Amino acid sequence: MEIKILGAGCARCKALERLTREVVAQNKIDATITKVEDIVEILNYGIMSTPAIVVNGKVVFKGRVPSTDELTKALIS
Amino acid sequence: MMKISRTYWQPIILLIGWGVLYSNLNTISNWLIDRVFEMKQGTQQTESIRFFIFELPKVILLLTLIIFVVGILRTWFSPERTRKLLEGKSTITANILASLLGVITPFCSCSAIPLFIGFVESGIPLGVTLSFLIAAPMVNEVAVILLFGLFGIKVMLIYMFTGLSIAITGGWIIGKLKLERWVQDWVYKRQLVNVYQEEEQLMFADRIQMGYNSVKEIVGKVWIFVALGIAVGAGVHGYIPKDFMASFMGKSVWYSVPLAVIIGVPLYSNAAGIIPIVSALIEKGASLGTSLAFMMAVIGLSLPEMIILQKVLKLPLILTFIAVITLGIIFVGYLFNALF
Repeated sequence: MEIKILGAGCARCKALERLTREVVAQNKIDATITKVEDIVEILNYGIMSTPAIVVNGKVVFKGRVPSTDELTKALIS
Repeated sequence: MMKISRTYWQPIILLIGWGVLYSNLNTISNWLIDRVFEMKQGTQQTESIRFFIFELPKVILLLTLIIFVVGILRTWFSPERTRKLLEGKSTITANILASLLGVITPFCSCSAIPLFIGFVESGIPLGVTLSFLIAAPMVNEVAVILLFGLFGIKVMLIYMFTGLSIAITGGWIIGKLKLERWVQDWVYKRQLVNVYQEEEQLMFADRIQMGYNSVKEIVGKVWIFVALGIAVGAGVHGYIPKDFMASFMGKSVWYSVPLAVIIGVPLYSNAAGIIPIVSALIEKGASLGTSLAFMMAVIGLSLPEMIILQKVLKLPLILTFIAVITLGIIFVGYLFNALF
């Protein structure tokens, strides 16, 4: 699984990255996590509100940090 | 089943508690000052502390409730949806719509750049985009709640109305000036790659949870500024003689409006800290127009945001942007000094 965290370094973007790493580690998900900080690249996903999380090329959450449950559900299914 | 019902009864219980507390704040604060601490009535110190002990919980309670409600309402809005609503609208209608959406769309100054590019690349005119970017910080929910709590509903409505008017006309004027050449060249070279279409489907329980989250996030961040602002305001309330401010910020001083704006523009503070101080200054003879102009200059125009915007706007456009808003604010200041 390929996970991308989109966000140009705001506090919530860091929170989302931390949460994603936790969820991935806890559920032993086989995933590579990369942080995308370049605004132009972020815009290429068609979104404007950060932080966002992209799983295998698809935007799953944007503009907010999901709860642990929501994120776990989204990553496992 | 248990969990679902809890989502609904919990906010109702909290709301009742809120109402009881809010309507008895005056009694509680007087009881604390006069009975518990037994402070001497009428002294400068007592009256300053009384002011603080009453105003701080009042403002925090208002912030908590309204940010909760706004946090829920905002779950129906997003920059992506706003963009879709603005596409293909004729200019003045779009300026009005963009300013109104600027108030309710979730926005932080850190997302000003993606928002600017995202709007412009989908064909929304420059002036309309700027209407949004003027309204969003100027008429933000924290400012509006504080104005309501400390000045009353009339001043709050005046502020909202004039703030929106500046955003609408400011954006419209910049649009008429056709300054697209002063947008950084790479912005218009971008191709719109794909547009995010599906908005996530939320349950009402999720929206309530997001209301709680926004209270935690926003009140958690601004309470300290509110406390500092009200503490300074309390000092002004108790110790500074009445009419002291009239000689600097009064109506009769013709240059007070531009001076307040010139001081206010580079001064970077948030609404939470500045509004309680200004409310105390009004009590001491500062005029409404001058104070309004000062607050708008501080809240609506921030230096850090201008620096961020340099990534997409060339300097002449940033200066025009600042000049148009500054003139708008000065006009509002004189207008209200003349009216009230």
